[in-house]
Amino acid sequence: MDEVTKEFLIESNELLDQLDRDLVELEKDPKSKELLARIFRTIHTIKGTSGTLGFPKLESVSHVGESLLSRMRDGKLVLNAEITSALLAMIDAVRKILRTIEASGAEGDPELAEIIRRLSALLDGGQARMKDARPETPAKSESAEQSLGEILVEQHGTAPDAVQAAAQQQRDGDPRRIGEILVHQGAAEPKAVLEALQEQGAHASAAASTIRVDVNLLDKVMNLVGELVLARNQILQFTTTQQDAVFLSTAQRLNLITTELQEGVMKTRMQPIGNVWNKFPRIVRDLAVSCGKQVELEMEGSETELDKTIIEAIKDPLTHIVRNSLDHGIEPPAVRTKKNKPPAGRLRLRAFHEGGQVNIEISDDGAGIDLPKVREKAIQKGLVSAQQAGKLSDREVMNLVFLPGFSTAERVSNVSGRGVGMDVVKTNIERIGGTVDLSSVLGQGTTLRIKIPLTLAIIPALIVTSGHERFAIPQVSLLELVRLEGGEAAKGIEMIHGAPVHRLRGNLLPLVYLNQQLRLEAKSSTTGTVNIVVLQADGRPFGLVVDVINDTEEIVVKPLGKQLKGIACFAGATIMGDGQVALILDVLGLAQQADVISESKERSLSEVKTRADDAALGQHSWLVFRVGEKGRVAIPLAMVSRLEEFEPSAIEVSGNQPVIQYRGEIMSLVRVSEALQLSTPNRKQERLQVVVYSTEGRSVGLVVEEILDIVDQQVAITTGRQTARLLGSAVIQQHVTDLLNVPEIVAEVLNRGQNVSALAGAQHGD
Amino acid sequence: MATEQQFCTFFIDRLLFGVEVEKVQEVIRHQGLTRVPLASDLVGGLINLRGQIVTAVNLRRRLGLEDSSQTQPPMNVVVRTGEGAVSLLVDEINDVVDVEQKTFEAPPNTLVAGRELIQGVYKLKDKLLLVLDTDKAANVAAPLSAKR
Repeated sequence: MDEVTKEFLIESNELLDQLDRDLVELEKDPKSKELLARIFRTIHTIKGTSGTLGFPKLESVSHVGESLLSRMRDGKLVLNAEITSALLAMIDAVRKILRTIEASGAEGDPELAEIIRRLSALLDGGQARMKDARPETPAKSESAEQSLGEILVEQHGTAPDAVQAAAQQQRDGDPRRIGEILVHQGAAEPKAVLEALQEQGAHASAAASTIRVDVNLLDKVMNLVGELVLARNQILQFTTTQQDAVFLSTAQRLNLITTELQEGVMKTRMQPIGNVWNKFPRIVRDLAVSCGKQVELEMEGSETELDKTIIEAIKDPLTHIVRNSLDHGIEPPAVRTKKNKPPAGRLRLRAFHEGGQVNIEISDDGAGIDLPKVREKAIQKGLVSAQQAGKLSDREVMNLVFLPGFSTAERVSNVSGRGVGMDVVKTNIERIGGTVDLSSVLGQGTTLRIKIPLTLAIIPALIVTSGHERFAIPQVSLLELVRLEGGEAAKGIEMIHGAPVHRLRGNLLPLVYLNQQLRLEAKSSTTGTVNIVVLQADGRPFGLVVDVINDTEEIVVKPLGKQLKGIACFAGATIMGDGQVALILDVLGLAQQADVISESKERSLSEVKTRADDAALGQHSWLVFRVGEKGRVAIPLAMVSRLEEFEPSAIEVSGNQPVIQYRGEIMSLVRVSEALQLSTPNRKQERLQVVVYSTEGRSVGLVVEEILDIVDQQVAITTGRQTARLLGSAVIQQHVTDLLNVPEIVAEVLNRGQNVSALAGAQHGD
Repeated sequence: MATEQQFCTFFIDRLLFGVEVEKVQEVIRHQGLTRVPLASDLVGGLINLRGQIVTAVNLRRRLGLEDSSQTQPPMNVVVRTGEGAVSLLVDEINDVVDVEQKTFEAPPNTLVAGRELIQGVYKLKDKLLLVLDTDKAANVAAPLSAKR
């Protein structure tokens, strides 16, 4: 295939994607001249070029489309659903021909009669109504470039006849430009000509500032930069033993340049997620039409950028989710109206960066997930036993939809419901190190949250040593690090029938010894310290016991050779700063090999129960403080964001409430003694002791008299003294202690003003 | 001369082996090997070849020979295969030799160990040169599942 045809194919495919979007957009706003003009131009370009390159069938089908569009542009036809569908069908036909050309170099023998007839019928319909159909708009140049005259006509800056006359004048020897002639003749306003010129310029400059680059070349450059990064790391390590000032400063410069180069090259691989989303308006429209539903698609953050390989990996899962939302989620208009919802459903796509990851949310305001039905279906399909299902938490029931073979759709449609899907979505996303989270409210809609790393090529990793070998653990799977020293090391690991576990904040954490899994030598020196890397695989935490935890590092992921592909424990390899190779652990593979996942799936049922029991028993760390003269009050430590001290003079008043400036925000203060109607101490207070509690992004300060202790204790709650503001009492450290209902008190404060006098008094220190 | 071919030669267990020079990417000294746990024991480890990670095949074991008793670290002969570069760990590097096609003979039937890796023998003046099939040598079966 020659260069010209190749370029034509690439360009046309891009144009068609744009066309899909524009048409759907136009359907919503049929009067938009700008959109119509753009669509017309696109089809015209394709028609013109296909004629030049000798693809008569392509030319003929786009010609009918063009005629139809030109009639609409002239205001003789108004776009309706029928015309849109016909035009979309035409675009599909064009796509099909383009694919054939790409594969075989020739147009082949596509079946076009039907679509041409359909378009012609619409064309005739329009003509019948509009009898005074004028001949086609001015003779178009066959080139892709648009002439000034064409733009002017499209913008209704002048009449087609005038342009033709001016063009004729030029041919007859008038040296002036077409715009000048038109203005001179009074056929066009100078302002209109200026605008048209600007538009022409805009097209030209956009083309000149970008070039097409072969993706393979880009990948190669990326690999080379990866190698450069490694060489740089080696040199930097070398600098620590060198004194030569010139060498050191050169190394420093090399360091900076490499970092910048790496960032620059990474950017070339970044693509806006909009590239994937672009096809959704069309998909949503087609699906909505075929399901008889009305759907409004909202997209937010389509400029959010992601690595090319990730964009490709999420394309299919996202499409699947969107289809699912439309098919199962959003109800038909009649049902929606009955439920007091607007007849058109809302499908929202949102993407944003957060903490080095990309978040994608797909939410609809449809029927939501019917949990009892999910439970029933799962039992019916034998995915869980009836007994198990009864014990599952709502969240766990929700996650059943990710199991292979699950579908709640009543009937199988051609869109979805065949029971393949959500599990594939989940696997695909997890394969690229992402996570999927589903939440839903029955009758109100479903939200699916996907978190994925920005790039796969260079990732942050934790470097550990086991059996004298170094391994890299991708940080996305890392939850926390636990170090057991001395006596703790011996006590901290318990055995359940041969399986080692560690109690982490009251929950059993299954332990996996890396050296056993990889059949490495056991640690030689028994220093008595146990390092546990708490990892997450398939939503389940487990502890990986390693010899040494070294450091975190940005690593360049390299694939393993074919000889090593079969080992599930390794995701690849990387080169460390000293030039040595280190293997990258595949956390999911490792967990599977160690049977952590299957084991914990069963255990998770009991875990949920244990957690519930824990809550009842009051297994918590408690923060104990003194309130008023003698009041002893505790709150769960988990509710405490920070402990702070403030000068009493820092208190200000806002809206009749005591507030304080805290970390650039205004934080409301609550005096606990007052909330509990305990006597406030009269003596002058040096500094205010404040327990900061955060809820829904807002912080509230609980003013107490004195922080007493943090206690790790299982407490039995007596509810005798229960009020709205107290959960009850318990004996903590041999003292009766009231347990504060923090959310309740805070809600009260946030909802209505509070008496400030006491705090104002404290301020004056009376 | 069309009947002459060049071989990059090396020793393993005092046997002289040769690989067509076109297939050899480079020969490098001993490199720090990173062991790969759970891999087949025919895999010697991973080396860093200027930023590229290359699997090193323990050619001694691949040929069914005993592990070397010598203390000298092995050399890397990096060959190009259908699936990228692979390093073959050898005892000692020898010269590049020119051989004549007419001195070629199929491996004798009595050769048992590693027979499928040896394409044939060139009868040099004072030695026999065994021609190694690099693609087969590099084809170390995927390791057995590590599952207990």
